[in-house]
Amino acid sequence: MKEILQANLLSPIVLCFLLGIVAKLIRSEFALPKDIYMGISIYLLLGLGLKGGVELSHASFSAIAGPIGITLLLGCITPISAYLILRKLGRFTVSDAAAIAAHYGSVSAVTFIAAQVFVTHMMANDPSIPPLEGYLPTLLTLLESPGIHIALAIGALKTAKKGQSILPVLHEVLTGRTMVLLVGGLFVGYFMDPKGWQVVSPFFDSSSAIFKGLLCIFLLEMGVVAGSRMGDLRKVGPFLLAFGTLVPLLHGALAIVLGNWVGLSIGGCTVLAAMAASASYIAAPPAVRVTLPDANPSYYLTAALAITFPFNVTLGIPIFFELAKLLA
Amino acid sequence: MKLTTLKLVTIVAEAVLQDQIIDGIQALGAKGFTLMSSEGQGSRGRRTGEIPGVNIRIETLVSTELAEKIISYISENYFEHYAVICFLTDAQVLRGEKYC
Repeated sequence: MKEILQANLLSPIVLCFLLGIVAKLIRSEFALPKDIYMGISIYLLLGLGLKGGVELSHASFSAIAGPIGITLLLGCITPISAYLILRKLGRFTVSDAAAIAAHYGSVSAVTFIAAQVFVTHMMANDPSIPPLEGYLPTLLTLLESPGIHIALAIGALKTAKKGQSILPVLHEVLTGRTMVLLVGGLFVGYFMDPKGWQVVSPFFDSSSAIFKGLLCIFLLEMGVVAGSRMGDLRKVGPFLLAFGTLVPLLHGALAIVLGNWVGLSIGGCTVLAAMAASASYIAAPPAVRVTLPDANPSYYLTAALAITFPFNVTLGIPIFFELAKLLA
Repeated sequence: MKLTTLKLVTIVAEAVLQDQIIDGIQALGAKGFTLMSSEGQGSRGRRTGEIPGVNIRIETLVSTELAEKIISYISENYFEHYAVICFLTDAQVLRGEKYC
């Protein structure tokens, strides 16, 4: 276990992330130009979608039905469990609890990618670990949206804001960058001529050096963003600190149990756990800001960016891997 | 040269509010607007966004009457929960009829 944690912490991706945090903490002016950050994000998401679509075209419906079912189930459970824990145990206001729950009910694509890279690395060193299911990006797209809407619905209902239409928010979440590139990529990959994929896969495939290299640069900036929010850690209080590390573990463990039940491989369970444990910080914040304006952004952004994302990337993913091996 | 005096309404707000505010001022009667990206900090401190501190700045040239409606609209709907400021200045334009 210790070796695996160490291996992860010394991987280029995690080290670049930590470098970003350090850069911010020493008050360096360094930041990735916004457009480059956006460009890499587009590349990563599209690549993920394309490969996922290609793999989906090879998968039988019976193989994916179970995983799709439990993914949707997780998408419904995680916002509700997060909300209840925040409200009943943490005594947060309805708006704050719903806002934070919207983030934890959704997913971080970058955490997914980090988990996938980790698992493939583990597979390379240990032939006993079966290969990863290729259709996992499909599950990623399913987890993005339901959690946000369920949590926002809880928030709206409890604060009696029934007059507000959900359509603009629904539209915004479903047409956001992640969805367009992932779901669009899935469609393109699914219908693409296999010869076409052969041509572009050296560029887009997540196992390519280009993908991993750009991922490092992207995580460097994520470190800077996480670092810039660490000043707020003092303001959010110990409960949220505990929440940001323990609830991901809880959601991840649940995902592994469910994943096992429907026959996902060790790697598949790990990645699913990483998804369930992750908190959105792209799709959720604007949706929440518009629907629950009285919720404090310091709470949800700090929790997602400065607590949960760093935790998952450094410790969470290896822990889920070990747990998946244990329960397999 | 016939110059008409109008009001320049400037709104600086969180980027998430861009579509809402633009739709709002156009619904009230503004014929056009200029949109800029900006950064800054207000009295309540920094907040929100994946990329922190990014704001939008919207300017529109309108009659005094519409300017007052716009500033009321912004204050009623956004002042309480969002980081936003709104102020009026005088502006003199040619083609006054273009803006009203």
